[in-house]
Amino acid sequence: MLAQLLPSLTDGLLLGFVYGVAAMGLSLIWGVMTVINLSHGPVIALGMFATYLLFTHLGLNPYLGLVAVAGLGLLLGLVIYGAAVHRVINAPHLSSLLATFAVNMIIIGVGTAVFTTSPHNIDFPLGSLDLGPLTLPATRLVAALGAVAFTAGLYLFLYFTRPGKAIRAVANNRQAAELMGIPSAWILGLSFGLGTMLAAVSGGLIATFFPFTILSGGPYELKSFVICVLGGLGNPLGALLGGLLLGGLEGLIPTFMPVSWVPVVEFGLFVLVLLVRPRGLLGAK
Amino acid sequence: MQAWRQPGFWLPLMIVFLWGLAVLLIRQDTARETAFTLLMCVGLASSLNILLGYTGYVSFGHIVFFGLGGYTGFYFLSQHNWSLLASSLAGGGLSAGLAGLVGLAVLRLRGAYFALATIGINEAARAFVSNFEPFGGATGLFINFSAYEQYGGAGPALWTAFTFLWLITLIVLATSFLVKHSRFGLGLLAIREDEDAAMVMGVKAPQAKTIAYVISAFFPGMIGTLYFFKNGNVEPSDAFQLHMSIESLVMVMLGGQGTVLGPMVGAITYQGLRGYLLTSPIFKSLHLAVAGLILLLIVLFVPAGAVGWVRGRFPRWRRVLE
Repeated sequence: MLAQLLPSLTDGLLLGFVYGVAAMGLSLIWGVMTVINLSHGPVIALGMFATYLLFTHLGLNPYLGLVAVAGLGLLLGLVIYGAAVHRVINAPHLSSLLATFAVNMIIIGVGTAVFTTSPHNIDFPLGSLDLGPLTLPATRLVAALGAVAFTAGLYLFLYFTRPGKAIRAVANNRQAAELMGIPSAWILGLSFGLGTMLAAVSGGLIATFFPFTILSGGPYELKSFVICVLGGLGNPLGALLGGLLLGGLEGLIPTFMPVSWVPVVEFGLFVLVLLVRPRGLLGAK
Repeated sequence: MQAWRQPGFWLPLMIVFLWGLAVLLIRQDTARETAFTLLMCVGLASSLNILLGYTGYVSFGHIVFFGLGGYTGFYFLSQHNWSLLASSLAGGGLSAGLAGLVGLAVLRLRGAYFALATIGINEAARAFVSNFEPFGGATGLFINFSAYEQYGGAGPALWTAFTFLWLITLIVLATSFLVKHSRFGLGLLAIREDEDAAMVMGVKAPQAKTIAYVISAFFPGMIGTLYFFKNGNVEPSDAFQLHMSIESLVMVMLGGQGTVLGPMVGAITYQGLRGYLLTSPIFKSLHLAVAGLILLLIVLFVPAGAVGWVRGRFPRWRRVLE
């Protein structure tokens, strides 16, 4: 039992870091503008495909490619914000939910036409690392490290740079921030861009160890919702912890019951947390 | 409040009534199939509108009630040989009961949190049904062909299912109008405008929202049973398609949320559009993207939908276009 538990748990936790990055993007957007970004999943899938295309056509190392993917993600986020979100930012939730969902449909529709729905994968093995009884696939280890690096980068950006501080000010009180001379429309766009950037990066990381299709973003989007609720919506650091929690659960559950019950437990937990503590286990920011 | 004196009550009902009657008189299989799909969409969109349009709460899990109700009805129909009426009432009843339980718990949540919870419920329900043995697990259930015998064979059974669906759609539309024009409905509209203010004015918001949720869940359960009865089998991936929840949302938005006629107009327009896009050589592979673009344009520029826009533009028509 224990011999099976330990590797499975480690595997889950390493994956949890990557889930955390995806959820952080969603959480950041919610925290700054109280918009639930339903185009999150397709952006994750686009991150996968961007990494794939850079790797197969330009021969770029997928981990170096992530930097380019991050830049593209930021740009895409700015475009989505300008085209779809800015007009409905003050409207009821219904409008922003539907607007971001419309973006979701557009990306999936175009993506299906371009890439079809057949699976792709990035063939870039890194071997594995032996640690006593554990054998860790190096791709997952590097992905987890990458996730930590991006989280640290986001933290430094939000707390120690002027635009980062402006984002926190707008999240806190948009009117007051505007009175202090912060261009709130740009800051909202930037936050949305950062959110999609994190989604694209997590997609790129996932693509290094799982095969993917254009529809693969969906499950990760749903996991991101669960994680955000676990960690507290609008709390990016909580999202990383929530990701670890979910990853750990995914590692643990299969040792006790059939794998197919994993989603039942996950979403049951999700609804339960929403009911009992809608602010999340760790509390909102 | 005398509904039968109002043209707005009769217009949607007459359209569906005459349409169904025409199909029954022509007795053509293709016409019936088209009408079945369209009426199903009208029923789903109108029932969703009772929650979405009147209270302003977004539910991404409307299809859960279609799926679970359909599963339940189909289970009684195929495994216990219940009649179509009894089993579809069982399906609707289960959906309504579930909505009542879920609503009491979840509708304490406001706005976006509620929307998130409904996504979770959809996924949890699908995962649960795939693992639940009496419902056949991942392979689902099949109907025994002899079950069609009591309706005079498989062909006439399809006509029975259609007639049934036609009547249910009429009931949904009537209910939608009656809810909107009742004291209870006014409470719902007040919640949509400002929940806190509504509560101060004496609207029991959690209770009213739950009742609206129960009403909107009952009909998809019945429609689901009919749909799977017509298909002859039911499986999890068929019953819980998140995109169908979304498509009903698009239909409601397209026609006009919070109006009685709107969801019907939206459902028929959306299905027509989808049919055109799927068959046209240029848009065949892009139909989803085009539908998304249309949704985006509506949300950004005509948030009231087609019927809402006409009502705003031509106040005289408001009596007719409810």
